[in-house]
Amino acid sequence: MNESQQEREKCEIILRVNGKFVAVHAHGMERLLDVLRLDLGLTGTKEGCGEGECGACAILLDGLLVNSCLIPAFQANGAEIVTIEGLAADGRLQLLQQTFLECGGAQCGICTPGMIMAAFHLLSKKPHPTREEIREGLSGNLCRCTGYAQIFEAVAEAGRRGGTT
Amino acid sequence: MRANPAECEFAAPDSMRGVLSLLARDPGEWLPIAGGTDLMVQYSAGNLHARKLVSIWNLPELRRIDVSAEEVEIGASCTYTDLRAHEVVNRDFTLLASAASWTGGIANQNRGTIGGNIVNASPAADSLPALLVYGAELLVVSVRGERRVPYRTFHIDYRKTQLEPDELIRAVCLPRRFSGYYAQARKVGARNAQAIAKVCLAALGRLEDGMVADVRLAMGSVAPVPLRLTETEQVVKGRRIGATLVRLARMAVVSEIRPIDDMRSTARYRAAVAANLVAEFLEQLAAGGTKT
Repeated sequence: MNESQQEREKCEIILRVNGKFVAVHAHGMERLLDVLRLDLGLTGTKEGCGEGECGACAILLDGLLVNSCLIPAFQANGAEIVTIEGLAADGRLQLLQQTFLECGGAQCGICTPGMIMAAFHLLSKKPHPTREEIREGLSGNLCRCTGYAQIFEAVAEAGRRGGTT
Repeated sequence: MRANPAECEFAAPDSMRGVLSLLARDPGEWLPIAGGTDLMVQYSAGNLHARKLVSIWNLPELRRIDVSAEEVEIGASCTYTDLRAHEVVNRDFTLLASAASWTGGIANQNRGTIGGNIVNASPAADSLPALLVYGAELLVVSVRGERRVPYRTFHIDYRKTQLEPDELIRAVCLPRRFSGYYAQARKVGARNAQAIAKVCLAALGRLEDGMVADVRLAMGSVAPVPLRLTETEQVVKGRRIGATLVRLARMAVVSEIRPIDDMRSTARYRAAVAANLVAEFLEQLAAGGTKT
């Protein structure tokens, strides 16, 4: 076995995920997406394209929207992460989850966690976005059911009801 | 087949010195990784040959934008989001700010970096034509020292650059002498977000007494490297813009670009669009150029 094929040791990566500190052992180049789904069991974050085109794996990393399929796990060491599982609190849906339900913003559901994370990120910067700002904020998220009109309406409705809370 | 993370070594030194020593110790072995928006795609598809990656994502000296009277120095790990949010970049370098706004979507703009875009060296990259017309210079560092490289000489051939294996781009310098120019950036693709350009144009121009005093044109996706249209510029410079000059400029564009057929478009379509974009720019410039 030559050097390039040898198994390297895993390293400890400490994260704060949805408010809880967790330590995982992972290889530095594991995808953050896999750490979230496989090591931490947070399967709300989806894998769509696996190449940063579709946004299904979008999460917040230190407050910024990112595609977790493109993040080497070790680059997240010490980071604050919010996934779709971190939005609802005390058994109550987050506002965007509520408006997606009411406006028919979720159909098959695979894009929904990423759409909501992108919308959450948008509303944290622009609590009352215009339709154009919504289109841009969600432009990195693809919906295979093509339910964009209802999705945009769900985000606009959340904006009308006060933004991110 | 996807790469096996267990085969990869990952280092994250907390200083530039640490990164540069690794690059110098085993030249060609370590691949710097910033936001990962290009490398992780290649990695996941099993197309990344490097097995040793060194993170440069969190080095503060690579995330700065320093403004002086003469130039703006943009740290190589500044993201498209950083560029869009920067007041001087937005005001004086609208071509770069526009290109940043239509690179990927918000999530990729939060991770994709200007230095990564340069080193990845795609001829279709949105921001590179802007760097060409702004006369960018690169600050390239290694343990051997720092050198200043005119960006126009950086790309040697398709995805080949003059970066040595132990070198890293530290910053991109843009001279502040184009704020009085009319600027126009255009991307033609399936859509602005996410889609890679079929053709993109970055153009600067300035009229004096109705004549073209200066013009700077660069295009993406029309040659193996981001291309400055020097022949077209020569045809246009010093002349009055009218139907004849626009016709000559169209011919010059078509003769100096080298487009290909690929999955996104055809050479024929690209040539037609490239000529249209330059014609449109010249007409806007002649009309007083208010659109950016």
